Amino acid sequence: MSSTTNYILGVYDDEDEVLHAVSEIKAKGIKIEEVFTPFPIHGLDTALGHPRTRLPIAAFMFGCLGLVCAQALINYTMVFDWPMIIGGKDFFALPDWIPITFEGTVLFTAFGLVTTFCISNGLYPGKEVEVLDVRITDDRFVMAINLDKNKVGAADITKALKDSGAVEVNVK
Amino acid sequence: MAGHSHFSPANVEEHFEFSSEGKKRIIIAFIAGLVALALGIYLLSKGESGGHEVAAAGHEAANAGHEATNAAEHLSGGAASHQAKAEEHYDWTNRIWANVWLNAVFFTGISVIGMFFVSLQYLSKAGWSSVIKRVPEAFPKFLYYSLPILLAVFFFKGDVIFHWMHHGVTEVGSENYDKIIAGKAGYLNKNFFMARLVVFGALWIILWNMLRKKSIEEDLVGGTEIFTKLVRLGVAFIVIFGASSSMFAWDWVMSIDTHWFSTMFGWYMFSSWHVTGLAIITLTILLLKDKGYMAYVNENHLHDLGKFMFAFSIFWSYVWFSQFLLIYYANFPEETIYFLERWEGHNKIYKTSEVLNIFFNFFFPFLVLMTRDAKRTSIFLKIACFFIISGHYIDFYQMIMPGVLGKHGGYGLVEFGMLTVFSSAFIYVVSNELTKASLVAKNHPFLPEALHHDI
Repeated sequence: MSSTTNYILGVYDDEDEVLHAVSEIKAKGIKIEEVFTPFPIHGLDTALGHPRTRLPIAAFMFGCLGLVCAQALINYTMVFDWPMIIGGKDFFALPDWIPITFEGTVLFTAFGLVTTFCISNGLYPGKEVEVLDVRITDDRFVMAINLDKNKVGAADITKALKDSGAVEVNVK
Repeated sequence: MAGHSHFSPANVEEHFEFSSEGKKRIIIAFIAGLVALALGIYLLSKGESGGHEVAAAGHEAANAGHEATNAAEHLSGGAASHQAKAEEHYDWTNRIWANVWLNAVFFTGISVIGMFFVSLQYLSKAGWSSVIKRVPEAFPKFLYYSLPILLAVFFFKGDVIFHWMHHGVTEVGSENYDKIIAGKAGYLNKNFFMARLVVFGALWIILWNMLRKKSIEEDLVGGTEIFTKLVRLGVAFIVIFGASSSMFAWDWVMSIDTHWFSTMFGWYMFSSWHVTGLAIITLTILLLKDKGYMAYVNENHLHDLGKFMFAFSIFWSYVWFSQFLLIYYANFPEETIYFLERWEGHNKIYKTSEVLNIFFNFFFPFLVLMTRDAKRTSIFLKIACFFIISGHYIDFYQMIMPGVLGKHGGYGLVEFGMLTVFSSAFIYVVSNELTKASLVAKNHPFLPEALHHDI
């Protein structure tokens, strides 16, 4: 988070409370940036109304690419560039290649997906970790509200958070 | 939770009503099947199959497949001569018995997978499935009909289906003597075969009865004691089923092609049974939901069932392909004959279904069920169920028919009629069994978890 961004953090100590707080806060016209929790809470994604991830589409694309690349490599080496008879089969011995095609598909999907995930989240090796509150990996549930993206004032947001059951409210 | 209604387990009891209208429709389907079957049999007896059996067009039939077949047979102990003898003894009624056998094996599998599914849920102590478990729990009732049919067909008409039962194949000096089959006679003989069928078939039925009784008792008594007992029953069944499903795969299907064997066959047939069973469970639930039952089964449960079908379609493809690839790659004549017969042999009548087999059971379910939304949408699940169920009927057809009927096989009125008769009987028996208990196991300890299932 750059230093120009202002966050108000509501800290909760119960998963049910934070789940109910999400709809309460949203009902007051306040936009919630994200909720950080130590473990997944069922229904939180729906309550926050986040759009579904498009990673599966990327996965399918990478899989298709892997399939094509694996087939291209085998065809080039085994049929076009240096044809060899193996086990008395045709040069184009498709059944023999299915395991390799499968591996190629999986390899491209896995690497492509991890890379896409890192890029879309701004992650790279050696990146300094930015944590809004270290207790989100322990026993606290933190609701982050971006002040710059909200028309509601800081005082009102603080009050709304307190009303919804936040045990403390921090500005960061 | 947003979008989820709250049920308290006490008020979810719900009974399926098997209406007289529904009964009438199923009986009409059954009779229509019988009529088609009778017509098919009449045409068969007149020498017209009604299917696309190619009237042995003389010597042109000696295509590449046959030549390869013959070459292969020289290496595998002269089975070709036996095959030729079997053809000489071919009688048009064989096709009827082959069809009875095919459907009995197919529907036995679907029924027992109901028991397997419930046992697996208890073994893994799964919570989500407790809302749907009454549906698969009703399936094994059909074992009461299909297992005796298997036994009767084997007892009276076994020599039509099984090459190893032909007269004299194990007698030294007989003109039918076959060294390879004689070597397998310790396992493949009439008495031992029937003993296996009766003992393990009875064990399946007994264990299912115990599970069903306890499960219904749980509705009245409650508590967790019965759940613990059901877990033990489930574990016992899985152990028995693990051994018996493989064994029945060798007995009922693999031994038709007596000379040929595959160490993957037990898995192959189990995977085919399993994915069909999962598709029928899903389809039954979807149809019950369409009729207004099981409102508490939401898209999250359907999603799990969809994942099951998706995963086990791929599992079937994996097993099928592994078996094929090893045989294709090693290229031993006595092994490749199995696929040659289905691909190029018998005037190529089995080639179309072999191609359909792969498309219906792998490509279509794989593509239809790939996305999350498809697995949560009734119509896509139904499409996938259609492909899987009809695809695996074709799969069993491919396993059984070429070995039993050879070039006399085909798709005709007999096949259609027999399948209709068996499936309407299965639907009738299962629907009737569904009425005997609440559609939801209301005192299942994991029911609240299942009602709040969210994925």
